Amino acid sequence: MMQIMRGNEATALAAKLCRPNVIPAYPITPSTMFPERISEYVADGELDTYFMLVESEHSAMSAAIGASAAGARVCTATASQGLALMHEMLFIAAGMRLPIVMAVGNRALSAPINIWCDQQDTVSERDAGWIQFYAENNQECLDFMIAAFKAGEDKRVYLPAMVGLDAFVLTHTMEPVDVPEQAKVDGFLPSYAPHCILDTKNPMTIGALGTPEFYMETRYALNKALMDSAAVIDEVFRQFGDAFGRKYQRVSAYRTADAETVIISMGSMTGTARVAVDRLRAAGKKVGLVKMSVLRPFPHRELKEAIGNARIVAVAERAISLGYGGAIFGELAGHYVNDSRRPFMTSFILGLGGRDILPEHFEEIVAESEKALAAGKMDEMPGWAGLNREVL
Amino acid sequence: MVEDSSGKEEAEQKELFASGHRGCAGCGEMNAVRQVLAAAGPNTIVANATGCLEVATTSWPETSWEIPWIHAAFENAAAVASGVDAALTQMKKRQGINLFAFAGDGGTFDIGFQAISGMLERQQKVIFVVFDNEAYMNTGIQRCSSTPYGASTTTCPAGTCSVGEQHPKKPMAMIVAAHGIKYTATATIGYHADLKRKVKRACELEGPCFLHVLAPCPTGWRHDSADTISLSRLAVDTGMFILWELEGHNLKDIKLSRKPKERKPVLEYLKAQGRFRHLLNRPDELAKIQKQIDEQCAQFGF
Repeated sequence: MMQIMRGNEATALAAKLCRPNVIPAYPITPSTMFPERISEYVADGELDTYFMLVESEHSAMSAAIGASAAGARVCTATASQGLALMHEMLFIAAGMRLPIVMAVGNRALSAPINIWCDQQDTVSERDAGWIQFYAENNQECLDFMIAAFKAGEDKRVYLPAMVGLDAFVLTHTMEPVDVPEQAKVDGFLPSYAPHCILDTKNPMTIGALGTPEFYMETRYALNKALMDSAAVIDEVFRQFGDAFGRKYQRVSAYRTADAETVIISMGSMTGTARVAVDRLRAAGKKVGLVKMSVLRPFPHRELKEAIGNARIVAVAERAISLGYGGAIFGELAGHYVNDSRRPFMTSFILGLGGRDILPEHFEEIVAESEKALAAGKMDEMPGWAGLNREVL
Repeated sequence: MVEDSSGKEEAEQKELFASGHRGCAGCGEMNAVRQVLAAAGPNTIVANATGCLEVATTSWPETSWEIPWIHAAFENAAAVASGVDAALTQMKKRQGINLFAFAGDGGTFDIGFQAISGMLERQQKVIFVVFDNEAYMNTGIQRCSSTPYGASTTTCPAGTCSVGEQHPKKPMAMIVAAHGIKYTATATIGYHADLKRKVKRACELEGPCFLHVLAPCPTGWRHDSADTISLSRLAVDTGMFILWELEGHNLKDIKLSRKPKERKPVLEYLKAQGRFRHLLNRPDELAKIQKQIDEQCAQFGF
């Protein structure tokens, strides 16, 4: 059934449809609507869950870990500083292989304090061992949350998963969303079967000390599980398409077939980039777009396949690895370094801290990339689109 | 007043804290954990903070825990236990299970303070036990807000310009009691019947409980490892550590668990420990500490 809702309402509704046993939460802009909606569901008897309003995001993730280890399906939501406060516990949730699901309203990190759209919060946590989905629109917010439970809880995976939704652009913007029936979600998502559990009949020690003789093997196993989750995510997306009629891929291409320049995008900027591609195509430029819906596990094969024979790859990022540049650019470039045939690659930062992203910015990115190819290098690395140099 | 029983009943039941752990000889904390688990019985789950207890008992693939046990991090045993409480309650598995959070004094008085307050305020059915050895012992005897005035540690060393720790111990159990929880008590390993009775009382009560257990540390306190138990008793007998319990939040209802017939001078307690050795030739400081203790005992009416 089509309903009009905000991104936060889509993630909260998805959580409700997935019937989590425990939801520990702490409010933070722009994700506060998630715990608000959950509290309304509970107040109105629409959701049977243990809703715990904790005293910090650190405790929210800690309680999520305790609840998940006790065998519960758990989800929560946060953003920005809240995610940063959880940082320690994100690694622990992954290291303990607990399939917690979390919606993250992608917001800038301080300082200066800024509540607006930026993907720095989740991009900075890409090393934590979580599966990372990024939504382009509110439909994806809802759908990726359901997919996140299914993929994370899979016996071949057992990993936590976060779904990024851009602050305000998605969290607070109304869009039509096709809401699946509860029975269909129940059929799609089996009940959670934990692999380790706190049970007095079968006592287990969970979270033991890993000495140098054993620690590396746990990291190997964790990394392998996250790498291998790619195939499971693909399978979940296929099953999702069969069940609900909406087809997703970790990486999807738009007008790339004969493209000479390909833009890489992630999250809500993709819609704007699509408009820019159409405009550039209308002007006779062979430009295509590749959207990443999953950043972890890193979809390098799929990206390269989608990029194909393009001469230029321009990576547009709403986050920056300070002292380096675009993190996704660096990761993708690393996967090309041993290839005999590789595209010329450019890196651009844009839209930080809620700066509007316009089609003109992508047109500028394409023009700058062509200029850089001719010159053999970029003037400044990374490039900055939409930067007001007058105030610098 | 509680008489110390022989503990025969507990001695005959299955040991829930297996031997072979890596605790130091004479470790008060390991002794305390054994007693708490013996009193709580096998239907028990523990959420443990990072610290000596976790490091010394769970070096993979070995474990000392014969009950379900979880460790996540340092500052959040109360929050992890809250999650376990939530999950078991929601999944209708909570009945008959004693759920504990275990932490050292650093994980309670300092870095774990916020999570504990949250857990208590939410009325989670968790028994929080702090094993207090009055410094960060796991990392090498650094001071924390539980370290008593005058103790020398590796971050508040005694010196020509320093008496050691300069601040009085944080009144943690009183702060906890102010949350209006079901049960708050102090205990120590040397008075084991009192400790076990308090654990059992906490297990009977629905709602958050807090046990403050003083556990001497031969490594950090620099006392003979054979004196751990006698030193824990001396802490009580000098009035340095007062055994009390409170059901509810009305401080007028505090019950003294043990009133020494004749309070011993604090010097007896101090001189048995290397961490206070530098004070022995400081009569002014000794008098100051004795005065603090006299005032503390007066508040409890003895």
